[in-house]
Amino acid sequence: MQKILVIFKKQLRDTVRNKTILIQFILFPLLTLIMENAVTLDNMPEHFFTKLFAVMYIGMAPVTSVASVISEEKEKDTLRVLMMANIKPWQYLIGVGTHVWTICMLGALLMSTGLPASERPFFLTVMAIGFIISVILGACIGIASRNQMMATSLVMPVMMVLSFAPMLAMFNDIIKKGATIFYTQQLKTVFDEMSWSTFSAKNITVICLNVIVFVLLFAVLYRKKGLE
Amino acid sequence: MISCRNVSKSFRDHKVLNKINFDVPEGVIVGLLGPSGAGKTTLIKILTGQLLSDEGKVEVMDRDVTKLKGADKNRFGIMMDQFGFYERFTCSENLKVFADIYGIPQSKVTDSLKDVGLEGASKIKASDLSKGMKARLLLARALMHSPKIIFLDEPTSGLDPKSMRAIHEIILKRKKEGCTVFLTTHNMDEAAMLCDNVMLLNEGTIVENGSPEELCRKYNRDKKIKVSLSDGVTKEFKQMGQDKHELADLISKGMIETIHSEEPTLETIFLELTGKKLQED
Ligand SMILES: Nc1ncnc2c1ncn2[C@@H]1O[C@H](COP(=O)(O)OP(=O)(O)OP(=O)(O)O)[C@@H](O)[C@H]1O
Ligand SMILES: [Mg+2]
Repeated sequence: MQKILVIFKKQLRDTVRNKTILIQFILFPLLTLIMENAVTLDNMPEHFFTKLFAVMYIGMAPVTSVASVISEEKEKDTLRVLMMANIKPWQYLIGVGTHVWTICMLGALLMSTGLPASERPFFLTVMAIGFIISVILGACIGIASRNQMMATSLVMPVMMVLSFAPMLAMFNDIIKKGATIFYTQQLKTVFDEMSWSTFSAKNITVICLNVIVFVLLFAVLYRKKGLE
Repeated sequence: MISCRNVSKSFRDHKVLNKINFDVPEGVIVGLLGPSGAGKTTLIKILTGQLLSDEGKVEVMDRDVTKLKGADKNRFGIMMDQFGFYERFTCSENLKVFADIYGIPQSKVTDSLKDVGLEGASKIKASDLSKGMKARLLLARALMHSPKIIFLDEPTSGLDPKSMRAIHEIILKRKKEGCTVFLTTHNMDEAAMLCDNVMLLNEGTIVENGSPEELCRKYNRDKKIKVSLSDGVTKEFKQMGQDKHELADLISKGMIETIHSEEPTLETIFLELTGKKLQED
């Protein structure tokens, strides 16, 4: 526990200095606040930008940050120093994961300020679940990558699909059909209604399948490569 | 402290280490000398459990190195040239992370920086350090938890003489405190000065080992003498055989300005054993 806290604290100290990651954390919350206040179109659904950007935030920030943190530590060989100092791989991963999750939750909290108070607990719970799934996916990419370059090139397409598919799905039915297999699209439909009753059997199945795939992928990669 | 038995390691079909055997007693500095690509880093990785050997067995502090527990690892201090820092962190922040991990007081961070002469640099970002400062910070990090056994992979390679001396002093101080040190280098002067024992590694085998003095005496077969004469000529003589008469003659004539015995250095021994130089010049 103490070791996890050390990693968490280390990441916290790094948050404000690591510009690439900091942008990830604040971009969408900031965009949400600006767009919700500045743009009003006729017959635009309520809280349109909050709901859209929330899903894009889930698909982007945690995946990018976790993958970038892990791959940077591999590239600079600081990860090995941590392992030699008796940090266990799982302690490291949980430390990094909880840090990213926490910061993203702060971002989500900021985004939720535009919503009516009654919808906020629902919104934040769904965000919390989405971030967890994305953190696992980010860890997969981090473990699979030898260095930051490789992580970036893997993250790009993943992020495109997860974040942009739900947006494009609003305009294109074919994309919408394809996007349904991703948890971000499912979360988008859930957000459209903002209530627990919108969770259909289909939503839950797809999200669970996503989780299972990512966890399996993680297990396979981890057993094959560890944190080397 | 360290016992290495029949250790072999190959990368694909390239045999990097071939049946390495040696023991390191407690409280000594042992140097592993060899040219680039000899397998020094590979051996250190195996000794510290970062890499598994294909064959053989390594014990450090009477424990199989592949089955080390947390408490054992805390008695290791490791400095490898490729180990990095958190570059956005300052020197003291870098050390703080590890003070937290080892559960040692934060005051130790300042002490460690002072030990390596970086007390003035504690607020400098790791990415802005000079090469010599980086090496010293690496050393501070490897030593801050007072390890019993210290592994250093080329601790001074590419450093200026002043930084090099500073690092030698730190290493010698740790030895006085009872630490065992295992280091690699391709600088034979460094090995001769620091090490109680040296092992010469070439193409994956240890071709010779012993104390630097022992080795130099052993290979001092010709017992050569170099003299410079009052007419400006320098000459080399062997003490034995024909040469001794000519030498005695020169002495009786009072022709000799300076006279030196020509003992082999670790460098010439290595050259004799392998036909290779340790360092490219
Ligand atoms: N992971 C690896 N995969 C394949 N070959 C490797 C690997 N690590 C080392 N080698 C090879 O093993 C040999 C020994 O490498 P090693 O790094 O141990 O040499 P070294 O003595 O430390 O050299 P230097 O003085 O340059 O640091 C080299 O030929 C190198 O190419
Ligand atoms: Mg090396």
